[in-house]
Amino acid sequence: MSITEDQARKVAHLARIAVDDAALPALARELNGILHFMEQLNEVDVTGVEPMTGVTPMRLKRREDVVTTGEMAEKILSNAPDAREGFFAVPKVVE
Amino acid sequence: MSDLNSLTIADARDALRKGETTAVELTDACLTAIEGAGALNAFVHKTPEMARDMAQAADARIKAGEATAMTGIPVGIKDVFCVKGVPSQAASRILEGFRPEYESTVTQNLWNAGAVMLGKLNQDEFAMGSANEASCYGPAVNPWKVDDRQLTPGGSSGGSAAAVAADLCLAATGTDTGGSIRQPAAFTGIVGLKPTYGRVSRWGVIAYASSLDQAGPMTKTVRDAAIMLGAMASVDPLDSTSADHPVPDYESLLTGDIRGKRIGIPREYRVDGMPEEIDALWHKGADMLRDAGAEIVDISLPHTKYALPAYYVIAPAEASSNLARYDGVRYGRRAKLGQGDGIVEMYEKTRAEGFGPEVQRRVMIGTYVLSAGFYDAYYNRARKVRALIKRDFDNAFADGIDAILAPTTPTAAFPLKSVDQSDPVQMYLNDVFTVTLNLVGLPGIAVPVGQDKKGLPLGLQLFGKPFEEGELLNQALVLERAAGFLAKPDRWW
Repeated sequence: MSITEDQARKVAHLARIAVDDAALPALARELNGILHFMEQLNEVDVTGVEPMTGVTPMRLKRREDVVTTGEMAEKILSNAPDAREGFFAVPKVVE
Repeated sequence: MSDLNSLTIADARDALRKGETTAVELTDACLTAIEGAGALNAFVHKTPEMARDMAQAADARIKAGEATAMTGIPVGIKDVFCVKGVPSQAASRILEGFRPEYESTVTQNLWNAGAVMLGKLNQDEFAMGSANEASCYGPAVNPWKVDDRQLTPGGSSGGSAAAVAADLCLAATGTDTGGSIRQPAAFTGIVGLKPTYGRVSRWGVIAYASSLDQAGPMTKTVRDAAIMLGAMASVDPLDSTSADHPVPDYESLLTGDIRGKRIGIPREYRVDGMPEEIDALWHKGADMLRDAGAEIVDISLPHTKYALPAYYVIAPAEASSNLARYDGVRYGRRAKLGQGDGIVEMYEKTRAEGFGPEVQRRVMIGTYVLSAGFYDAYYNRARKVRALIKRDFDNAFADGIDAILAPTTPTAAFPLKSVDQSDPVQMYLNDVFTVTLNLVGLPGIAVPVGQDKKGLPLGLQLFGKPFEEGELLNQALVLERAAGFLAKPDRWW
């Protein structure tokens, strides 16, 4: 498999990273280099192997479904680049 | 007594208890050393006022007889740990200005034990890198050098390694996702311990790859690693992957007796082009353990070769998901927007100017391997290979192996700017001996064992059984004693 410039543009958009058109050939080349390296994995017989999800066999922890924290809107907003009247502010989303 | 900042944790603790020094004196010695070490670029946010306040509190605690082994010990904290009110940006521009409103569990545990916060340490951005060159602060520099070239301290915990090796602090925290504690420890001649996945809480540690990330101590000696791990580790309800194992007193498990232990030498780690010196060091290490009464056994971990490509699928996949949170909305930096730019342009511009090239690369690779049509071919296949790699280790331990000995890195520290940044795969090869351990979640420790012809430190690593850090530290102690590595970098900075 190899990545074309068009696919590189699509990946950049999916990742929400702006990439200039002029930078796409180099990006596609780098991504191809990495993917080529990954293709070694095709040598391995993985028939009947379950994909691993975690390193230690453990059941996800459970707890009582109760409120344990909250009431800290001010703290949560304190690092926002733009916060107004108790909300995060973003550019207009709906036309 | 030698310079206070060059003490080990154990020696400083003993001196504090005997009243031979104070936490304030220790802290001042470190702050002075830090002021004089700007050229190493290790400390990137200094917290001297906080340090002096904490040192005074520690002295009061020692006087009251309520000290722990870490009380009054000045430490450096890798930038990736959230420390309340202190800049914490994982060396990324995208977190510029971020001051957490909360504290990571690891740092809270250290402060509860009475440790003293000197400041934040340089690293690769979001812990992605092996040379500390991918940092918004510029690279940290290795205190070791043999000619006029500056060397990398390794990465990603390069600032932590440089700071400990140069005696700017008594110890430091690191994190290890693919070798980021062990490789820099090897490059700087210090001890670095990656605990079992789940031993140390990930709460408040800025995430890279959540199924691989694990924090651990970077110290001057094995004993110090035992002491500091005990203070960092906990069972934490805030981290759902924190293991429900009580934390033992690791230091008390350091008996120096490894008679009858079976140490495996994995033949697949003898890679093509491995320098003679590394191979010789490895043999020497095996001899040291044998002389101490261990049995050395050749073993096979047949899927070793596939660990690196599997890692470079799984880690970027998890990173692309974890780093989706940096959107210019909730914290950190937002790009300046043009007329008519909407929310998508805001995300794209913010992430393009906030993430460095290596982070962008990994986020995009991760996005690609998780995207429709490629998920099975790359991501699921990598996870299956990961299961096979794990099986290799399970088999070795089931055959009665107690630990595994391997080189930590394929080379000694290399010059900064010597690796071609446009050839990422070449860069990734640095991690060939370290990534396997993260994929299988086992504990590992890097110990300085010798020097190369030019005088640069070289290390070996031991891998242990899950949650058997005590036994692993004990084996490392034997290696440390036999190797007698006492060399220090000549001060040039």
